[in-house]
Amino acid sequence: MPASDSMASPVVEVRNLTKRFQGFTAVDNISFDIKKGEILGLLGPNGAGKTTTIHMLLGLITPTVGSIHMFGLDLATHRETILQQVNFSSTYISMPFSLTVEENLKVIARLYELKHIQQRIDDIVKKLEMEDIRHRLTRKLSSGQMSRLTLAKAIMTEPKVLFLDEPTASLDPDIVNKIKSFLKEYQRSEGLSILYTSHNMREMEEMSDRIIFLQRGKIVAEGTAPEIIHRYGQRDLEEVFLKLAREQNGP
Amino acid sequence: MSLGRILALLSRHMYLYKRSFARLLEIFYWPFLDLVVWGFITVYLEKVGMPVHGAVTFFLGALILWDVLFRAQQGIAVSFLEEMWARNLMNLFASPLTVGEYLVATMTMSVLKVTAVGGLMMLFAWVFYSYDILLMGISLLPFVLNLVVSGWIIGVLTTSIIMRFGQQAEVLAWGMVFLFQPISCVFYPIDVLPPVLQSIAWMVPPAHIFEGMRAVLTTGMVPVTHLLWSTGLNFGFLVIIVALFYHTFNVCKDRGMLVRVGE
Repeated sequence: MPASDSMASPVVEVRNLTKRFQGFTAVDNISFDIKKGEILGLLGPNGAGKTTTIHMLLGLITPTVGSIHMFGLDLATHRETILQQVNFSSTYISMPFSLTVEENLKVIARLYELKHIQQRIDDIVKKLEMEDIRHRLTRKLSSGQMSRLTLAKAIMTEPKVLFLDEPTASLDPDIVNKIKSFLKEYQRSEGLSILYTSHNMREMEEMSDRIIFLQRGKIVAEGTAPEIIHRYGQRDLEEVFLKLAREQNGP
Repeated sequence: MSLGRILALLSRHMYLYKRSFARLLEIFYWPFLDLVVWGFITVYLEKVGMPVHGAVTFFLGALILWDVLFRAQQGIAVSFLEEMWARNLMNLFASPLTVGEYLVATMTMSVLKVTAVGGLMMLFAWVFYSYDILLMGISLLPFVLNLVVSGWIIGVLTTSIIMRFGQQAEVLAWGMVFLFQPISCVFYPIDVLPPVLQSIAWMVPPAHIFEGMRAVLTTGMVPVTHLLWSTGLNFGFLVIIVALFYHTFNVCKDRGMLVRVGE
């Protein structure tokens, strides 16, 4: 298959996805694809439905309506096969505090039934510059170190699809830069598909091949960053974000 | 069902116990204190000549078996709490781990806990009171196994409630089993209960188990009727409770509570 065809095939297909919680619609009939090797940015103000969407893609929340397919398989019926090839990292998750960094990574590696566990841990610890904290208890990590740990656990399993919910929040600029470079390089070499959320608009522009803008659970804009900026007649993505967020929140 | 994923979850708890003093206390300290208090009571009863046949065997045996039930239940419920406190449920259930594998892992954890606590209590009872529960023989084993299953049932029920109602229900991990204690007839025969409670008690597997244990102590024979009743009831309740757990898990996923449990 030519490389361009391979790039064009969607590995994630979301159709008419809706989630209602007792009268409140968190995600409202959204459809999108993520192609192989693509980074799709999911933008939107707080409460727009980004995290609920990611939770549905991870099988943690059951959709009210709609379907999620990954690698051509339905998540509702092929959960184990799909989740073996998917991982996630988020500022909002944690790892067991009483385990060391290395112990936590070992448990995750066993959970995904990885081979050559020690070698993989050595590799990821080196790549994310975590050598100095690998034997440290997780409860003693700073928030930035915790973000690196959750990113390490996600990358270590060599997923084909990665969901990153604000992965660089609370990290210092130097490590943010290193993580972004690492993710870009890793994504290119492995053909990884990424769904990325961030409140840092510059980071979003840099990282994403394409962006979806969610507002009150609906997709209100979709395209590359320059396309969206042009469509809304703004100077940059931050201005688009502010305009749409203020529309959602009202005057 | 993947053995690798079950072992992964077990290793997570082993790491935890390896360096947690509080969790080791749970295995060593509290069972030891229980045994000391009840041991002195039985010594006192024997001294004052209370007409309780084989008081030491009766009370210490019952206490050790009660702890089997208690720790089997805790092995499941507290394992869930550990994940909830560590906000680790998302990591687990966004992985290929299935609900069935999760349950098997926690049930195995409860067996390990029961083995550790039971073994230590037997040792303490032998050292301090010269009481050897093993003298009751192999006939006690099927009752012990049934007691572990009863502990699983109460543990899975407790976990379902905690998952559904969150932190406000976490006290049940320690208290739930005591709801069953009066009708389990741990330290007294079932005919002590009022007739209404007797009818209820006969529907509870531990009541048959403790009646059976007393029968083993007094006659040396295995009371087959009690054994069959406890096994049958355990099997029926286990099927119902596991189905309830799956249902609760799906309800929590539907309502978005799985990602918020513990908040």
